[in-house]
Amino acid sequence: MAPGTETAPPMLRMAVAFGRLLRRVGLAAGPDRVVGFAGALEELDVGNRDDVYWAGRVTLCSRPEDFEMYERAFKVFWEGKEGLKVPDPPGSTYAIRLSPDSVQPPKKSAEKNEKGDEAVRLRYSPVDVLRKKDFADCTPEEFAELYRLMADMRLSGAMKRSRRLEPAHRGRHDQRRTLRGAMRTGGEPMRHRYRRARNRPRRVVLLCDVSGSMASYSRALLRFMHAGVASGEPVEAFVLGTRLTRVTRELATRNPDRALREASKSIEDWSGGTRLGDTVKEFVDVWGQRGMARGAVVVLLSDGWDRGDVEVLADAMRRIHRLAHRVIWVNPLKAAPGYQPLARGMAAALPHVDVFLSGHNFESLQELAYAVAGASTERYQ
Amino acid sequence: MSEAVNGRRGALPPGVSLSGELKERLREGSYLAGEGLATAIFLALKLQKPLFLEGEAGVGKTEVAKVLSRMLQTPLIRLQCYEGIDVNQAVYEWDYARQLLHIRTAEALGTAGEDRSRLEDELYTRRFLVNRPLLQAIEHRGGNPPVLLIDEVDRADDEFEAYLLEILSDYSVTIPEIGTVRAERPPVAILTSNRTREVHDALKRRCLYFFIDHPDMEREVEIVRLRVPDAEERLTRQVARAVQRLRGMDLYKPPGVAETLDWTEALVALGAKELDEAMIEATMGSVLKYHEDQQRVLLQSLNLLAGS
Repeated sequence: MAPGTETAPPMLRMAVAFGRLLRRVGLAAGPDRVVGFAGALEELDVGNRDDVYWAGRVTLCSRPEDFEMYERAFKVFWEGKEGLKVPDPPGSTYAIRLSPDSVQPPKKSAEKNEKGDEAVRLRYSPVDVLRKKDFADCTPEEFAELYRLMADMRLSGAMKRSRRLEPAHRGRHDQRRTLRGAMRTGGEPMRHRYRRARNRPRRVVLLCDVSGSMASYSRALLRFMHAGVASGEPVEAFVLGTRLTRVTRELATRNPDRALREASKSIEDWSGGTRLGDTVKEFVDVWGQRGMARGAVVVLLSDGWDRGDVEVLADAMRRIHRLAHRVIWVNPLKAAPGYQPLARGMAAALPHVDVFLSGHNFESLQELAYAVAGASTERYQ
Repeated sequence: MSEAVNGRRGALPPGVSLSGELKERLREGSYLAGEGLATAIFLALKLQKPLFLEGEAGVGKTEVAKVLSRMLQTPLIRLQCYEGIDVNQAVYEWDYARQLLHIRTAEALGTAGEDRSRLEDELYTRRFLVNRPLLQAIEHRGGNPPVLLIDEVDRADDEFEAYLLEILSDYSVTIPEIGTVRAERPPVAILTSNRTREVHDALKRRCLYFFIDHPDMEREVEIVRLRVPDAEERLTRQVARAVQRLRGMDLYKPPGVAETLDWTEALVALGAKELDEAMIEATMGSVLKYHEDQQRVLLQSLNLLAGS
């Protein structure tokens, strides 16, 4: 029997408690949603499990990714007292599974950074060296400094013409405004007005490989993704591991440490194996083809290591290439002298890539930002 | 929960006070809703909140608005969103050409000079206002509130989304020259999205959220029976089973319910009594819209598809 049947007034209290549990497991069930839930319960039969279930799902969830967590939390909260004895109470199931140093820079270095402001300034020339230093060789302190540099980086897609028109000095004749002006001059259109399409940046889609072989780079690259997402431009971020995880929402908070903590919470397969082809394919199937990749700048950050069938990757890349405005592949290994795209996945993907960059140090990420904006990268190569 | 206790019915049709009853009514209107969707629609009507629907293309998001308009016997007002849509296209616009004509007529008749300010007042009256869908929905008077379908919100841009948020929270529009128009009763608002981008959370928070999945085998059979009654029972089951398999086949675009219905209709039009290879080949274009998908299906599973 649902707990709500005891008395009527506790309904809101139950709703609030359930909302608290949902927030703890990562759903954005804010107070207004909880109030909505309580309101919905009043209209339904609270003794009926399904009514309560659906009332909660339509008011407290806001995307399909929420459903799984909701389902589990619902079972624990509403389906009987054994909930507490359930082998995986939400507290332990959804806790961060990663060792803390896998994504976040060690706390110490961040603190050091805080008070070491002048130290940074004094070491101005080392910054120049740092910009060229391979991420794989950087110390935590150096990372902390790099992150500060990254925060200033803007990631803005190449411009495209929007369908939205704006007033301009020349362009298409703007009847509406011309006639509107004519009202003032007794119906005589003295001044003709014009408007033309506004330019807007294209969407940027970042796909970052976090499998084991990328371990020395993925931390920095994720940080870079955060800078991109937090800049307020239309940027989408995904993480590729043994499966595809969308992390745009998690990375969207301003505070980078928190953003990465949130993101790593949703990445279940940190440094796991590589099934690059399958995850890229999943991206095209679930997101890309439906519209996200259409006309966008798609950036893959990966070393191209694929244990699966490379044909799958080649096919997925072919599809992305057909949808996207521009496909950029960033491979940290490219920086090595005499690099040849020998990884089978890399070789299979290259024919469908417009720009191939390295991305092993800060400078190369700047290059990437230029490439994303559609500027010529030749100068930087 | 009785009506007396609640004291308000929202936009629920007469005789419906439980979500199960609503489900039955939807069915009478040829729409088979699962329990979740029925509850979501029930709450949307009762609480007079907008309903935000997501799901693959062709699972019947738009259809919900259509069946509601039939069931409630109110007009369906549809706003199709697209990139660059703005207030002039969604809410209202002055008919400048007619206004100009009006001035010219006044001049020609020699009445313009007499009372200039009166002429100007005349220009900004309802005569010269073009109502677009959102204003139409808000202005609707009498009877049940209309069904307002805001289709593919994800295609509009952020600016427009912010405007929608405002409209959906107080259902009123202010036209500077005329005044504020307020809805008598909030329209039954249905928003749909294909998730090409994530719609802003603030907008979703105003709404009840439901994600429509592909139906399972049994429900799909029922849907086909309901919508294409001419189809033979055997054919119906075969088509539903085939579509279920197609969805599991890792295609570029797995078929939705809309495709199932199109396919069945195509088969019925060709006089098919059951599904066979020749029929599949002849009608494939109505289920699979990608060349690669058609190839794959033809190559590997003609038999599988038609079998048993």
